Amino acid sequence: MTAPGTFVARYGIWIFGAVLLLIMPHVFTSSFALNLMSQMGVLIIFSLAYNMLLGQGGMLSFGHAIYFGLAGYFTIHYLNFVYDDIAPYIPVSLFPLLGGCVGLFFGTLVGYVSTRRAGTTFAMISLGFGEMVTALTLILVAIFNGEDGIQTDRVVGPEPLGISYGPNIEVYYLIAVWVLVAAAAMYALTKTPFGRMSNAVRDNPERTEFIGYNSQRIRWLAFALSSFFAGLAGSLHAINFEHVGFEQVSALTSGLVLFMAYIGGVGHFAGPVIGAVLITFLNGTLTTYTEAWQLYLGVLFVAVIMFFPGGLAGLIIMHQPIWRIDTRLLAPLTVPYLLFIGALLVSLIGFIGLVELLIYKTSRLGAAHDLTIFGITMDPSGVVPWISFAIVMAVGVYAIRKAFPVAAGAWNTAIDQARARAAQ
Amino acid sequence: MNAALQLKDVHKSFGKTEIIRGVDLEIREGERHAVIGPNGAGKSTLYNLISGRFPVSSGAIRLRDQDITNRSAFEINRAGLCRSFQVTNLFHRMSVLDNVRCGALFSLGHKYAFWKFVSRQKDVAERADDILERIGLSGKRDWPAGMLSYADQRALELGVTIAGGGDVILLDEPTAGMSHSEIAQAVALIRRISTGKTLMIVEHDMGVVFDLADRISVLVYGEVIATGTPEEIRNSAQVKEAYLGTEAT
Repeated sequence: MTAPGTFVARYGIWIFGAVLLLIMPHVFTSSFALNLMSQMGVLIIFSLAYNMLLGQGGMLSFGHAIYFGLAGYFTIHYLNFVYDDIAPYIPVSLFPLLGGCVGLFFGTLVGYVSTRRAGTTFAMISLGFGEMVTALTLILVAIFNGEDGIQTDRVVGPEPLGISYGPNIEVYYLIAVWVLVAAAAMYALTKTPFGRMSNAVRDNPERTEFIGYNSQRIRWLAFALSSFFAGLAGSLHAINFEHVGFEQVSALTSGLVLFMAYIGGVGHFAGPVIGAVLITFLNGTLTTYTEAWQLYLGVLFVAVIMFFPGGLAGLIIMHQPIWRIDTRLLAPLTVPYLLFIGALLVSLIGFIGLVELLIYKTSRLGAAHDLTIFGITMDPSGVVPWISFAIVMAVGVYAIRKAFPVAAGAWNTAIDQARARAAQ
Repeated sequence: MNAALQLKDVHKSFGKTEIIRGVDLEIREGERHAVIGPNGAGKSTLYNLISGRFPVSSGAIRLRDQDITNRSAFEINRAGLCRSFQVTNLFHRMSVLDNVRCGALFSLGHKYAFWKFVSRQKDVAERADDILERIGLSGKRDWPAGMLSYADQRALELGVTIAGGGDVILLDEPTAGMSHSEIAQAVALIRRISTGKTLMIVEHDMGVVFDLADRISVLVYGEVIATGTPEEIRNSAQVKEAYLGTEAT
């Protein structure tokens, strides 16, 4: 058998993930936190599925919510059918598999058309199908019930092992188990002939044709399998919320999963996981504080695309060659990095202040009461808050421009040292 | 003598421009056959027609007893013909090892499988080890292909080409852009990988051509004007005239 060292290296991160999923509800016990974590789980699966296309296969889709949402609709209907004794009973725990098959079915169908071409053509076709299905959910009222969507009660049939899925904590653990299973399956897929060739088609589709492969078929297979996992996630979403509406198939959800994958980092398997957790967390918490959350998300996305195209995972991975050699080489990075993060925060405070003032002025024109930003109450009709935040932002941006070369230089020094040590 | 590859009256036009103007060519089983000719003679186009990158305008191409005219590139590859590219054409974000493995996967029957791990397949590992050994990149197997030096990328290009085990090998200027010492190594490598197989090679370096080839065909303005042994080609007045004539213009 494998040596303990390689066992930890190979499975350590998975065991860590399983333990984390297990204990999280005991650390964060509020129902708000539980709901948030359930959503995170669903979106981790969805964004990993999405990255099978984008990061692994090089296909940029603007309509992947179709498979997520349609599986959700199917799940709700099926639960209602079971409730009405129309359809045979299936344990709720296995519904995600059913949802996966729905995703697989539609993914196979649409993928046959859309994966014939890669690049821009593929992206445009995905957008077209996304809009088409969104329109259908609003037109075919008998099936999708228009803007209201459809709902269900997930507590149906017998209760195997005493699990009724009444309490949210039981749904959380259902999602947690499926997160592990789906993530492990998708990771394993990257190691198969299909997975390797999917990377090859991403890098150089033409060459794959000259080593015996039909690149269109690889894209199609990647698309279908990715749709399976998207459907699996959609089914869990339906069970979690007991409701599915047109938003779940729309460009809103397609865009969200794109944001998650990109901000997390498409170049690394774990990137979308980071993105899903971060975006869901911000989405869940910040919406109670600000109306401009979507704007901040957009700014974050643009910033990542422009300055850190590897995403958050890319930022972590770029330090891997350093810590592989010696973790102590990371120590000199601390101060420059903290300076940079500090400068970033200062400019963010200025930016957020200005945005909030602007929203206040434009949306509640004439309101006389004071505005509270960052715990400071101010009179938005005066010029002082505007000037103050503008100065803070200017200082922050100036500091970023000074701190970034220092941080980058520190990284360069560390990586050079690591390379020099490796060469010895 | 059996023909491994046979072209009969092959034409190719792009719009109104006829690039290949009736090529008849026979590559014999087991020989090393070089195609030479001035720039713009249509050598690369000819390769693209044979390997299925472009469809022919008219004519027929046979690989042994199979008609491969206008078949898709992957079908022609599966039939046993493999080709390299003049401009290095690799999977640049993947490791050297994975590049070679990808080249081998289909031919070893793993095709589109998503239920087994590449690393557990003994046949793939053996094939990849063998190829890496032969192209001299065993020590750099974990490097991303895009990080290799130019000469190493050219070697990997050969490795990916032959990893599928095709026994009719088409090489498109394998030594282009190499230094003298690199060329000597490349020629030795090409000799090794083509032993027992059929080789067709397009090459500008006449030293390489006369060193490697059993027979040579001369392509000028989309037509084969002569085919013969290196000796015959060297002494052919027709070739001299055509070559010098076009060089002069």
